[in-house]
Amino acid sequence: MSIEILMPALSPTMEEGTLAKWLVKEGDTVASGDILAEIETDKATMEFEAVDEGTIGKILIEAGTEGVKVNTAIAVLLEDGESADDIGKADAAPAASPEPATQSSATVPAAAKAAEPAAPQPDRTPDWPEGTETTKQTVREALNAAMAEEMRSTEEVFIMGEEVAEYQGAYKITQNLLQEFGAKRVIDTPITEHGFAGIGVGAALGGLRPIVEFMTWNFAMQAIDQIINSAAKTLYMSGGQMGCPIVFRGPNGAAARVGAQHSQDYAAWYAQIPGLKVVQPYSASDAKGLLKSAIRDPNPVVFLENEILYGKSFDVPVMDDFTVPFGKARIWREGTDVTIVSFGIGMTYALEAADKLAEDGISAEVIDLRTLRPLDYDTVIASVMKTNRCVTVEEGWPVASIGNHISATLMERAFDYLDAPVINCTGKDVPMPYAANLEKLALTSTAEVIDAVRQVTYR
Amino acid sequence: MAAKKTTSKSNASADELKSYYHDMLLIRRFEEKAGQLYGMGLIGGFCHLYIGQEAVVVGLEAAAKEGDKRITTYRDHGHMLACGMDPNGVMAELTGREGGYSRGKGGSMHMFSTDKHFYGGHGIVGANVPLGAGLAFSDKYKGNDNVTFTYFGDGAANQGQVYETFNMAALWELPVIFVIENNQYAMGTSQKRSTSSPDIYTRGAAFGIPGEAVDGMDVLAVRDAGKKAVAHCRSGKGPYILEIKTYRYRGHSMSDPAKYRTREEVQKMRDEKDAIEHVRDLLLTGKHATEDDLKAIDKEIKKIVNASAEFAKESPEPDPKELWTDIYTDEAPQDAA
Repeated sequence: MSIEILMPALSPTMEEGTLAKWLVKEGDTVASGDILAEIETDKATMEFEAVDEGTIGKILIEAGTEGVKVNTAIAVLLEDGESADDIGKADAAPAASPEPATQSSATVPAAAKAAEPAAPQPDRTPDWPEGTETTKQTVREALNAAMAEEMRSTEEVFIMGEEVAEYQGAYKITQNLLQEFGAKRVIDTPITEHGFAGIGVGAALGGLRPIVEFMTWNFAMQAIDQIINSAAKTLYMSGGQMGCPIVFRGPNGAAARVGAQHSQDYAAWYAQIPGLKVVQPYSASDAKGLLKSAIRDPNPVVFLENEILYGKSFDVPVMDDFTVPFGKARIWREGTDVTIVSFGIGMTYALEAADKLAEDGISAEVIDLRTLRPLDYDTVIASVMKTNRCVTVEEGWPVASIGNHISATLMERAFDYLDAPVINCTGKDVPMPYAANLEKLALTSTAEVIDAVRQVTYR
Repeated sequence: MAAKKTTSKSNASADELKSYYHDMLLIRRFEEKAGQLYGMGLIGGFCHLYIGQEAVVVGLEAAAKEGDKRITTYRDHGHMLACGMDPNGVMAELTGREGGYSRGKGGSMHMFSTDKHFYGGHGIVGANVPLGAGLAFSDKYKGNDNVTFTYFGDGAANQGQVYETFNMAALWELPVIFVIENNQYAMGTSQKRSTSSPDIYTRGAAFGIPGEAVDGMDVLAVRDAGKKAVAHCRSGKGPYILEIKTYRYRGHSMSDPAKYRTREEVQKMRDEKDAIEHVRDLLLTGKHATEDDLKAIDKEIKKIVNASAEFAKESPEPDPKELWTDIYTDEAPQDAA
């Protein structure tokens, strides 16, 4: 049976084109791969090759014709034993036009549907059972203990990064891990973030559970393609076949006097990426419990620590296996007049501000988000429904910040409960300066949080 | 440092030759069909055809054993067919349908198979190279003797992360074979215009990684070089580089204006160096097969390819609910080893 040669789509956007030139004539025999014609697309002039072999029976569209729609029959190819007279005898089926992609009404996630605002019922169980013995531990010790415990229990867990082994960690987070677990599982890398992040992702795809330490998250910008394009997206792109259980961790945000290239908060950057989980602990117990959860999580986790918090001590429960689940915020102090939402080092300003505000009779509820993806919207919304006012606190830049996102969510889900606009306290919209006084000005502060609370409470 | 060019004078049995012929022809016919479906608007976006380069993957698969891994960039259909993935599933992924390997969510450049140890299918030039070394790292860590074939092109060979990976792969003696499929053009830029030295296989020398150039239009030469590289890696000696000189007959993608090389250049390669014709000659002149035998193989392949196209057209589009699945997994991941 004769074969219709159709006007091809030669680019992702082509709908019609010009049949510039025929390179074969009626009666010519053609083989697969022979060039039949030149076609001008919306991008360029291109050669159009034969797929099937046979004889050109009839040319249906003259050279020079413009505006030939994709899938129009442009010639008829005869197979062995056919002649041009057969054309038309064969049931001249119209060119099969591809079915247009149906406009599927994508399911909207429940959270985005503006339903009747009902007060959510967040999970308020405490992080550890009442009466559990606690001990004072620094964030540094807690992180170290979390990794050691998980490495003891799971052979597939290993850590790689710059100076994690013999140097004992640039910030001593990996202290003594080399001694306990050996060089096979505690691996010093060259200074080559892009490469070792990719090797880590490959190892995770191959069935291991890597912890990749970035000496600081600033250097991870060299590796961000591997974190987002390779780690976060592979599960989706593989239709669920290939998960990537990996933890990327290290100090994030401003340290002290290290200038613009070493002082950046990436919370909002990574929180935007579907496929990643993003954690930014404040306390030592959260650092420990969340890092253990991160190492066990079958998904890629971005774990954002803070250098200034490393040496700070907190109560940590004495338990055999203490973990903190993702997506559950912690209410550090309950209050009635305003909700202050923060995470990571922002919590130091939030809690200090709440103390000072209490002296003036303003009762602030302080929420530590702990994880930014998943984010515990319910705890924030339930709190704002009670206090009717909200201030957010973070060190990152103001544009497209976590605070912006919280504000937008409150508008959607608790608009009628707001008695004042939400204020976002953030780092200033400048690269981090070196000078001590300027650096202080570039960061947010307890004073700014207090001012913001006074504005939203009109007091 | 080994630095010589492999040409094949090796022998292959009739069955081996027939299987290479079959596998290469399957890739070619599949790709021709994919090009046709693209022209009909059934395949969208980017579609990079492997026509001309078939001997590379077929030759190297002949050197692999069960458990070995492979990972490549976006010109990946040939690799999938060569490692035994189902043509129906590959074609249905190209048409973005439920029956595709990624249930329509990956497309031409992003397909995977845990069963066949095929780790993609990656759209970012060069990014699969550290991933491949990481896969090899996982095998070394587990203490098995699997190797990972990490394919990339002459274009990707200019990416910085490739050399970061060479360094660590050599340092840690990872069982990875870096397969540089040099088809002479990085998209439309010839190697001459993009690459400072003509011999990419020598680029491992700075890291102590042996490398060799291989005639990629000769499936037996590729297979033999592959066996040598595999033996090196499997015995724990670390990485190996194969620069396989090949040629892409079609454009970089479907919207390639073909202005950067002459039609004569392409035609000359097709006429004089075609890898499938080469094996066909070996089969016929060596009296390993008759014209009729080969016709029967052609016919069988045509059937497989047509069936894959039918399957890919008839498989439904993914359910809209699929938009929201596979973003996170809550089960423990399968250990692919």
